[in-house]
Amino acid sequence: MGESGAFLVMKNISKTFPGVKALDGVTFEVQKGEVHALVGENGAGKSTLIKILSGAYRPDGGEILLRGQRVEINTPGQAQQLGISVIYQELDLIPHMTIPENIFVGREPARALGLVDWREMGKKAQALMASVGMNLPLNIPVRKLSAAQQQMVAIARALSLNADIIVMDEPTASLTQNEIQILFRVIEKLKASGVTIIYISHRLEEIFQIADRVTVLRDGKYIGTWPVGEVGVDHIIRCMVGRDLKEKYPRERVPRGEEILRVEGLTHEPYFRDVSFSLHAGEILGIAGLVGAGRSEIMRSIVGADEKDSGEVYLFGKKVDIKSPHDAIRLGIGLLPEERKLQGLILQLDVRSNISLPILDRLSRWGFIRRLLEYRAVVDIIDRLGIKTPSPEQKVKNLSGGNQQKVVFAKWFLRGCRVFIFDEPTRGIDVGAKLEIYKLMNELVRDGVGIIVISSDLPEVLGISDRLLVMHHGRIAGELRHEEATQEKVLNLAFGGVA
Amino acid sequence: MTLDARTTAGAARSEDSLAVSENPETRISFWRVMVERYAILLGFLVICAILAILCPSFLSVANILNVLRQVSITGIMAVGATFVILTGGIDLSVGSVLALAGILAAGMQVVHQAGVFISVLVPLVVTGALGIVVGLVITKCRVAPFIVTLGVMSVARGATLVYSNGYPISGLTREFRFIGGGLIGQIPIPVIIYALVAIAGSIVLSQTRFGRHVYAIGGNQEAARLSGVLVEKTKVIVYGISSLTAGLAGVILASRLNSGEPVAGIGQELDVIASVVIGGTSLMGGEGGVFGTVVGSLLIGVLNNGLNLLNVSSFYQQIVKGLIIVAAVIFDQLRRRR
Repeated sequence: MGESGAFLVMKNISKTFPGVKALDGVTFEVQKGEVHALVGENGAGKSTLIKILSGAYRPDGGEILLRGQRVEINTPGQAQQLGISVIYQELDLIPHMTIPENIFVGREPARALGLVDWREMGKKAQALMASVGMNLPLNIPVRKLSAAQQQMVAIARALSLNADIIVMDEPTASLTQNEIQILFRVIEKLKASGVTIIYISHRLEEIFQIADRVTVLRDGKYIGTWPVGEVGVDHIIRCMVGRDLKEKYPRERVPRGEEILRVEGLTHEPYFRDVSFSLHAGEILGIAGLVGAGRSEIMRSIVGADEKDSGEVYLFGKKVDIKSPHDAIRLGIGLLPEERKLQGLILQLDVRSNISLPILDRLSRWGFIRRLLEYRAVVDIIDRLGIKTPSPEQKVKNLSGGNQQKVVFAKWFLRGCRVFIFDEPTRGIDVGAKLEIYKLMNELVRDGVGIIVISSDLPEVLGISDRLLVMHHGRIAGELRHEEATQEKVLNLAFGGVA
Repeated sequence: MTLDARTTAGAARSEDSLAVSENPETRISFWRVMVERYAILLGFLVICAILAILCPSFLSVANILNVLRQVSITGIMAVGATFVILTGGIDLSVGSVLALAGILAAGMQVVHQAGVFISVLVPLVVTGALGIVVGLVITKCRVAPFIVTLGVMSVARGATLVYSNGYPISGLTREFRFIGGGLIGQIPIPVIIYALVAIAGSIVLSQTRFGRHVYAIGGNQEAARLSGVLVEKTKVIVYGISSLTAGLAGVILASRLNSGEPVAGIGQELDVIASVVIGGTSLMGGEGGVFGTVVGSLLIGVLNNGLNLLNVSSFYQQIVKGLIIVAAVIFDQLRRRR
């Protein structure tokens, strides 16, 4: 390994958290001007490594060399000064501020008396946005921008800090196919201008499209680094999970049973209108469409999390009136929400309290929780789903992303619904955990449950669904059976064409 | 190393860490939890020890019972306030509600010549209902708890003044005065009531479904709602509890003073909130509990008492109390950052 030539070397980095050895002597080398992908399952140590690079964590052992010089990075400020910028999965933009305000927050160009020089700020911001190929109105709050546009603002901010190493953590998780291509063009451009990019993603296809080299971590250990041209996806997956994955989408056919759920003429302006569909026992119904096509909103209205203007919901042929998620759960409809941290989990509570929350009514008598019963149920599901936690009393915020998602699953599996609605169930989790989740879905449909899956991962919905509804602008644009569905047909419908 | 060997090594490792996690790691976190949870208690004991050395009469049985009796009024209110603050809310009305309950109890006794039972029941029903109305306004009309309870603070105080014409209502019956002034054995009855309220509050929070819902709402209201928690109903009950404990405290206070005082409890909401916060309950909600609140109340009471015994001016006492509140919150922040 040409250590002398490397631009950035993280050498023998170790980090231990209570109960977990997150990094175990990991060495990671990046060349100047390359796009270097960092992959691994959840809990493999990617995030920890990046947090050490950005000064958010301090390593227990090891050293960091930048341009051949040993550097100390103890705070995010020091990382910035060294030209290292991290763009996190949850963008840290201030939603109600404009693009220039976000780019220059804390470093606003000033005139006399400390007044902000708005004109100067606007000009600089425009130039920076132009350098990432974006020409957007500067005076609107960033929350009104699309996910991709917000990402570009974050990149522009990194550039304004003169970053020559930009770390992107799951940058495409909430982007549509088109937006991803825009992002990739920007990455190419950055690379051409000599910026080094460390790219973290679970979507391996992307890595093969954009990266020069790839490094795999597993269980906190360094597994290897390869130029992407020299290895295949299979090899990378094998290295990540430490075993062969036979099938990516293990779908089982179950005879379609009676109709469980039927929705008629459901409307909630301006999100969606006149939506009708049905779901049968033993069926996985996929919902595809662009972000913003109204997919999540429909589901939220069905379970009473949001209002609806009109339309009916029938359960086993009987009209039901669902006013709140409480009613939906009583009737056996469970929604696993899109944003696990904002909607799915109570981060500062422990694993046990999170998992048992929807089933407390079953676990209590006279309002008192039967703790032993609760403990047994929780330990059992932790074991079954393989949730990695030191104990059921661990706070959920201390778990890795994939394990947090499993906690959300555990809640609803214990509840045992007749209809499950999964909104982006595998976003941001690794290949191995995805496979486990697909298997759990198979288990559920075998038991006669009906499942609705919303996913922006097109191969995924195509792979697991028996039937697919494609949304376009708040309407169902078309329905495809598993056999006839192809990526092209789905995209066509999603963009407003015909299949 | 071959791929297979690595796989088995990995598998063994993960099994290992799972097996191990059952024992030493839970023990580590157990000790950490103990230290975090009981740091306030430790601080309290240190202060007691210092006062005991400086002032031997501090540890006399008479003085301890005296402190407990003084603490009991604020302490009872603080138990109710803990529920509200755990949901991420705040109740500023408790001082006025205390006065309202006291004046109603005295009014029942003196104006209506009512018996003890009615004189206790009426203020409790009124204050409990008032709390429920507060909860309904907060949840149905979506007004911030700070605003609603600030309004009710003024409304309840005004109602108290209207009812009493601004004068104390004195001359209560002996039976009624027993509630605030009586002893069982050597122990003042307010202290016994305080203990019962604290134990009940603690059990409700830690052992019941309702208690778990309170924590869930404070932790993440949206996640709680999507998990089937009836957020609005729970909040309404929580404000009812807070108002009810303030009402109970008001009845005890009137009984002890042999008078309903229209100006009772002015500014007391701050002592109540201070007790809860010093006790480690987060103002953001979701973390804390009654045990901490009790220690927080005792800490404030002991400080007041100790500084009195040491002949420190009550002006200085205010300064000390303020500093301790801020120190408690700083400590809480440091703990959270880890």
